[in-house]
Amino acid sequence: MASEQPGFWARVQRASVERLHIRLESLVVLLALGTAMALLSPYCRSLSNFLNILLATSTIGVLAIAATFVIGSGGLDLSLGSVMGLAGVAGAFVAVNLGWPSVFAVIACILAGAIAGNINGQLVTRAFVPAFIVTLGMLGLARGLALVISQGRAIYGLPPEIVYIGQGRPFGIPMPVIIFVLTAIVAHAVLAYTRFGRHTLALGDSEGAARAAGIRVEHHRRIIYTLSGALAGLAGLLFTARVNAGDPTAGINYELTAITAAIIGGTNLFGGRASILGTMIGALIMGVLQNGLTLLAVQSYYQQMAIGAVLILAVFIDQYQIRKESRV
Amino acid sequence: MTLLSLHGIRKSFGAVDVLHGVDLSVAAGEVVGLVGDNGAGKSTLMKTITGIYRADTGSIEFDGKDILALDPGQRRRLGIEMIYQDLSLAKQQDVASNIFLGREPTKRLFGLFPGFVDKSEMDRQATRMIERLGAHLPSINRSVGSFSGGQQQTVAIARALTFNPKLVIMDEPTAALAVREVQSVLDLIRRLRSEGIAVILISHRLNDVLSVTDRIVVLRHGRADADLVTANTNMNEVVSRIVGGGDTAAAAAHEQRG
Repeated sequence: MASEQPGFWARVQRASVERLHIRLESLVVLLALGTAMALLSPYCRSLSNFLNILLATSTIGVLAIAATFVIGSGGLDLSLGSVMGLAGVAGAFVAVNLGWPSVFAVIACILAGAIAGNINGQLVTRAFVPAFIVTLGMLGLARGLALVISQGRAIYGLPPEIVYIGQGRPFGIPMPVIIFVLTAIVAHAVLAYTRFGRHTLALGDSEGAARAAGIRVEHHRRIIYTLSGALAGLAGLLFTARVNAGDPTAGINYELTAITAAIIGGTNLFGGRASILGTMIGALIMGVLQNGLTLLAVQSYYQQMAIGAVLILAVFIDQYQIRKESRV
Repeated sequence: MTLLSLHGIRKSFGAVDVLHGVDLSVAAGEVVGLVGDNGAGKSTLMKTITGIYRADTGSIEFDGKDILALDPGQRRRLGIEMIYQDLSLAKQQDVASNIFLGREPTKRLFGLFPGFVDKSEMDRQATRMIERLGAHLPSINRSVGSFSGGQQQTVAIARALTFNPKLVIMDEPTAALAVREVQSVLDLIRRLRSEGIAVILISHRLNDVLSVTDRIVVLRHGRADADLVTANTNMNEVVSRIVGGGDTAAAAAHEQRG
């Protein structure tokens, strides 16, 4: 246990974790990164670039919210990016190939994601296949199905209502940013302040304790995976609407960035500790990083490497701190 | 008045039969010790009472109600609590979260959205419960995993007592405790009895069992092999029933020395 009189910094850290559910280090990293980018590239400082970062973060951010719930509950969802791609194609297919009204396309996106997520949950809780394998399999299944539905080509010609969801700018703010921020606020309230959220973290902390407390563990897990899929569907909708096409290759490797954002935000890789506020900081760090590297004309291949390195670094720091705390 | 009665409880896991028809009854406010060798089925039997396991056959009545079909949450609401040997705490959550896990008081956010946890009410009640137990914790807002073993057990006990249980099952509550902490657990058990709360105590420490219980049930090979009134028995007899006869004087003497 820590000494009885922790230092000032330690007390501030503890307070921020207990009251705000965020790790201060991530906020420091975000500010430092933002400052560095602003100094290196004049364009970085503009308001329009700030909105650009938010816009680019919105898709990843929604996926990162999904990753936070799943990982916080002690699970894992590697199929986020593929399910997002499948959902976008499903929506475009309904709107363009079937010619149904736009509202059905929106429903199709989210429903396709929710169904894929529910299948993940059913397999994890009823067939006892580990989440790692189930969602890795779903990563292949959903991607393949997206390619089958679209016959390997992007579906163009979306109706204007859908395009507005991706490209509209009420009050000058991009629609995906508005939807992303609203989703994040609701998700934060649910995870931090509702029974559902508390049970989610207790489940990730100790499944035995949750079961003994009368929480219906399997039922709860199925809801989490379904929710994760539905959020991936929402991300698919945002992406499809923004690029104005149902692209079957959308979201490849996005789960990597989303999970990284969640971990940077303070989510315990093994469950039990998570906050949406923290994840949002993590998602912004990833957004600023990608935006800055792009503006500095760094090839996207290197960006991919940077994301992978950041993921490993974030988990290393988290594990290092846990070991330090338990040793003192 | 009989509070809990089990009849012919059987439970097997695959090819392994653990319980072969156990009968057990506990009266209100009675302290019953459950003893037996490792593998006798004590923990399995308790988990069929709390609902973690479903008995294959047999009947379980609690407070005059058949509870066989109820899940752990429903049985808890009827007043069956258990303090597990591993304490079953969510170590990264704070004290109040653990005490109220699965039973959080809620309020409406802005008077509109239901299902929001009333954290200040939880903290208030948790503090009162910890004080009632006469325990001292560093901070109620700290994660339970940062506490010592005895402090963690205090949280587990507080969780079991907060919702006015009728029956508290304790699985090896003194196994990992310091000498003074053992006494306070035994005092607590006596206090529960005086408040009319029934206790089932599982323990390998026969001295503890002999000093605090009204009755001792010996589980052997998945059956309730003996039902002894504590006042009329002694260490020698209990040990002999646990191991199944033979000359047990040496073993009993060893236990007596504690």
